[in-house]
Amino acid sequence: MSLSAVFYIVLSAIITNNYVLAKFLGICPFLGVSKKLDSAMGMSVAVIFVMVIATAVTWPIQTYLLDKHGMGYMQTIIFILVIAALVQMIEIFLKKYIPALHKSLGIYLPLITTNCAILGVCVLNIDNGYGFLQSMLNSFGSGVGFLLAMFLFAGVRSKIETNDYPEAFKGVASTLIAASITSLCFLGFSGMLENIFGM
Amino acid sequence: MQAFIIPIAAAVAIALIAALLLSLAAKFMAVPVNETQAAIRAELPGANCGACGFAGCDDYAAALAEGGDVKTNLCVPGADAVAAAIAAILGQDAEDVIEQVANVRCSGLCDVTKPEMDYQGLKTCAAAKGLFGGPGSCKYGCIGFGDCERACPYGAIQVCNGLAKVDREKCVGCGMCARTCPQHIIDIIPDVKRVYVACSSADKGAVTNKLCSAGCIGCKLCEKACKFDAVHVENNHAVIDIDKCKNCGLCAKACPKKVIKMYPKPQAKPVVKVG
Repeated sequence: MSLSAVFYIVLSAIITNNYVLAKFLGICPFLGVSKKLDSAMGMSVAVIFVMVIATAVTWPIQTYLLDKHGMGYMQTIIFILVIAALVQMIEIFLKKYIPALHKSLGIYLPLITTNCAILGVCVLNIDNGYGFLQSMLNSFGSGVGFLLAMFLFAGVRSKIETNDYPEAFKGVASTLIAASITSLCFLGFSGMLENIFGM
Repeated sequence: MQAFIIPIAAAVAIALIAALLLSLAAKFMAVPVNETQAAIRAELPGANCGACGFAGCDDYAAALAEGGDVKTNLCVPGADAVAAAIAAILGQDAEDVIEQVANVRCSGLCDVTKPEMDYQGLKTCAAAKGLFGGPGSCKYGCIGFGDCERACPYGAIQVCNGLAKVDREKCVGCGMCARTCPQHIIDIIPDVKRVYVACSSADKGAVTNKLCSAGCIGCKLCEKACKFDAVHVENNHAVIDIDKCKNCGLCAKACPKKVIKMYPKPQAKPVVKVG
């Protein structure tokens, strides 16, 4: 794998194929936890962490267990099962050995358990035909992309909060409109990386 | 037949492995929960107000359970009942909670002051203060947009006629309003103290008199009236030293502007005897 391929996978996961703003996965935490910057950051770091570990476990299961025995259609069920158990395991592990990290990530871990962004990354890694290393890079990039989207949107929301706007738009309405405009902005990146890397 | 037995078997096998690993993990990596801490946390009111000086009820419970020199009577909202319960859990002697209340040091009702501008911005005190120190003519008094009202978890402080007013019955003295007020004119004082100065203006007497007909003009008559050396004019307004004040009310009588006020004596709460 050349260096440009590495950059291409990571950057496209962060920018052009942003899981939240371009693929519309993981909208629930995107709208739910983006009200405050610090909780948005905590959630995003937890998502990066779980995405990478989930891919590290699900990719071998798909390749060496499901595909080998012609059970590719079991993907969704097995992945949900494995990811849920994995997140539980991580939580127990963190609580015991790294309490400080558990204190900052702990409350977000159960929220992530069956988050569609996590499952989406794992499934799309397989669908795109990525190898193990490529999958890991893509997962990491997707996580960072999630962080970027959360970070930007938390900023947008804090700006909205301090403005005076019509009562009808208060709350969810303004949030959804802001989300769609942020998403439109990311549409501007499409095709950029293909031209830079010549792929 | 085989077509669905193998996938089911595989899924069950994976689920079993996951369950086994999880139960092993839960057994060998279990973190013992501090029972004292859980018991104390259950007694605390859970308002997370921070009056105890810790970051919320959980933090206070943890500090108490860990031992050391943490007092059991720090929870102001919980008052004596919670202090007694915590002391019982820790096996210590219960100490009385000094009940506190919030007190607003301003008497700038709408009819004694006038606005200096037609303020049309955000209706919060913090935002209004950012614009030339607030819309009122007095820059030291209550702005009256009710930041304290929104901060109060007990509904004990309300803005009426442009001035925040504390309901002493409901107030538990947690201090959320005092920390929120951008003018810093809300004090937390012991509930037993009934005399207070309802003005915080640092303007000279003549200026204050022009801006607010109810303000303290710093005439020092209260200083002379006080027999306990508890009242002094500082920064152009009277300040009562809470520790020295004996609630006698001589200063309030002497005050020509009636800006030193007295709460009526609290009526003795009826004692209900059971059994």
